[in-house]
Amino acid sequence: MAVAVGRPSNEDLRNLSLSGHVGFDSLPDQLVNKSTSQGFCFNILCVGETGIGKSTLMDTLFNTKFENDPATHNEPGVRLKARSYELQESNVRLKLTIVDTVGFGDQINKDDSYKPIVEYIDAQFEAYLQEELKIKRSLFNYHDTRIHACLYFIAPTGHSLKSLDLVTMKKLDSKVNIIPIIAKADTIAKNELHKFKSKIMSELVSNGVQIYQFPTDEETVAEINATMSVHLPFAVVGSTEEVKIGNKMAKARQYPWGVVQVENENHCDFVKLREMLIRVNMEDLREQTHTRHYELYRRCKLEEMGFKDTDPDSKPFSLQETYEAKRNEFLGELQKKEEEMRQMFVMRVKEKEAELKEAEKELHEKFDLLKRTHQEEKKKVEDKKKELEEEVNNFQKKKAAAQLLQSQAQQAGAQQTKKDKDKKNFFFM
Amino acid sequence: MSKGLPETRTDAAMSELVPEPRPKPAVPMKPVSINSNLLGYIGIDTIIEQMRKKTMKTGFDFNIMVVGQSGLGKSTLVNTLFKSQVSRKASSWNREEKIPKTVEIKAIGHVIEEGGVKMKLTVIDTPGFGDQINNENCWEPIEKYINEQYEKFLKEEVNIARKKRIPDTRVHCCLYFISPTGHSLRPLDLEFMKHLSKVVNIIPVIAKADTMTLEEKSEFKQRVRKELEVNGIEFYPQKEFDEDLEDKTENDKIRQESMPFAVVGSDKEYQVNGKRVLGRKTPWGIIEVENLNHCEFALLRDFVIRTHLQDLKEVTHNIHYETYRAKRLNDNGGLPPGEGLLGTVLPPVPATPCPTAE
Repeated sequence: MAVAVGRPSNEDLRNLSLSGHVGFDSLPDQLVNKSTSQGFCFNILCVGETGIGKSTLMDTLFNTKFENDPATHNEPGVRLKARSYELQESNVRLKLTIVDTVGFGDQINKDDSYKPIVEYIDAQFEAYLQEELKIKRSLFNYHDTRIHACLYFIAPTGHSLKSLDLVTMKKLDSKVNIIPIIAKADTIAKNELHKFKSKIMSELVSNGVQIYQFPTDEETVAEINATMSVHLPFAVVGSTEEVKIGNKMAKARQYPWGVVQVENENHCDFVKLREMLIRVNMEDLREQTHTRHYELYRRCKLEEMGFKDTDPDSKPFSLQETYEAKRNEFLGELQKKEEEMRQMFVMRVKEKEAELKEAEKELHEKFDLLKRTHQEEKKKVEDKKKELEEEVNNFQKKKAAAQLLQSQAQQAGAQQTKKDKDKKNFFFM
Repeated sequence: MSKGLPETRTDAAMSELVPEPRPKPAVPMKPVSINSNLLGYIGIDTIIEQMRKKTMKTGFDFNIMVVGQSGLGKSTLVNTLFKSQVSRKASSWNREEKIPKTVEIKAIGHVIEEGGVKMKLTVIDTPGFGDQINNENCWEPIEKYINEQYEKFLKEEVNIARKKRIPDTRVHCCLYFISPTGHSLRPLDLEFMKHLSKVVNIIPVIAKADTMTLEEKSEFKQRVRKELEVNGIEFYPQKEFDEDLEDKTENDKIRQESMPFAVVGSDKEYQVNGKRVLGRKTPWGIIEVENLNHCEFALLRDFVIRTHLQDLKEVTHNIHYETYRAKRLNDNGGLPPGEGLLGTVLPPVPATPCPTAE
């Protein structure tokens, strides 16, 4: 049956005006409700030297005491430790995963320090890619382990970024959203802090490090994001201990010379970090991870595996076709190898056969030779035998003749004797 | 290809003295549950607002297909549902236009906005369905169209460099119009729904319900429900996709009592009791479309638009599309060698619609 199909092209879209309340403005709510029931995933990676305050900051950010033993400085290499927590606030469930870099910056030779981190991030992308490429897949309830935000802890030296920092951030900036923060900011005085911040930002720019840009395309958040961006990198102080300030308890660090309040914006940028990370841009971080970093990884990985998107003439069903092509290639190679092996086998057999034939021939020849020799010997022996027989015959003849003679002789002798006797007797008579 | 679990590696450079520790898998361990309400407000629940803002910015796609014999009021109903002149009605056709000889598929896109939410609505009409003398296999063009949309989406998804947002032309919902005979379903209805309930969400609707009295209506609905059950036709909301108890009870109620919705459509307004309502004027009274005592249009509207719109899209994406994809990828594995090489034309989608997966 012929089918005439009319498809809407973008120019044909008609703008309609509604004459009453339809009700699809509840669609965002429907969408959000679904996500709420499923829960959200958020994964943070904390990169920084041992003892710089990563765990404390996480505790402070999420208002809990995550189970964490402080790490030693004796780690042989950088190790990533991931911990998952389920947080709930009103009706929102958050599956939070905090990944820590244990042993970062402790080794004498830090050349390869960034590698385990990059490998971990790639491994999460790989796991997601594998799931996406499966034939029977379940993406909608897949536990997303991809890193959404990377907090890079900068040591509060007051001078500039360390080369380890630059190298690591450069390696990570195309794979994850980097948010640089200055840790233990209470060791820097206010005026030094300002200089330090500008130095860091200019170093990042001059080295081409792409840190996460707070989105400014949407009106409601554009303003707050723009004002916050000015304060990057955030200088934070973390603390889970509470100190009485005035008549309230507040998170703070108590020093002999005063109290540093974590949530006081004059003292540090903790509140700004919390605003940006959680309250304003959490969803954007997730989206950027998925649409930018993951897509980049996917593209590179697939291209690496040899898949191309389009050919100049046609638009093949790339993944499938290339896969098929590769499979055929592989099968062809397999066949070729099989052929080769078979041919080699045949050749070997032939060789062996030839060898054996040679040997057989030799044996035959030997046999013939022996036979001949044997025959010759036999003949010789027979000849000798004949000779011997002849001799024996001759001897027998001679013997017979001799015997005859002897008997004749004896007879003659006997006659003679008789004659003699007679003669004798005659005489006597 | 590789293991599904992420693994950490240790830097072996400095490990001559210390025996290299076994790389611990960085798989997140069993999550520890922490109720943070006790310890101060963090702000996690703002993610709902963030999400909502994002989705409002990107807008939504919704594709609805209407199937039924001509004259059952499909276009009118769609216009009533979306309160605008979405479809041109048959009565406004030129007299010279004949009923199409074959089933045609006409998709028309519209952009409508309400409360800051922008929706790209596509209504797919199927003129000619069930109108011929011999209606054998008239569902095939429809099934083909639906599979074509899945194919289009799959192609985009499989690209190396993908679009940020793949345009979604897949049919999210198919309203099937049942003729109000009052007796039972026709063989054509059963055949169509049997074939298509496995590839798309079908919502059966009893058209022109103002021809039946209340008793006739409820009897007819019961019979239709029974027949659908006997024939193993799973209409939306499908029992097997109920996620939790709450969904199940809610959907059970809809499945066993309300569906199929007996509707009346109209885009004309009349004055009733001082209010302007959408209705049909007859010598014996005015049938109010949005009055639950008169017909179930309001239930259908709430069901499709106000409560289950997102769910329709999700079932289409997570289940019907995935089934199609799995089948397509599996089938292609059986390509004979020599085909499917780079540079050749895409192996054709099977001419007959893919036998729908169980």
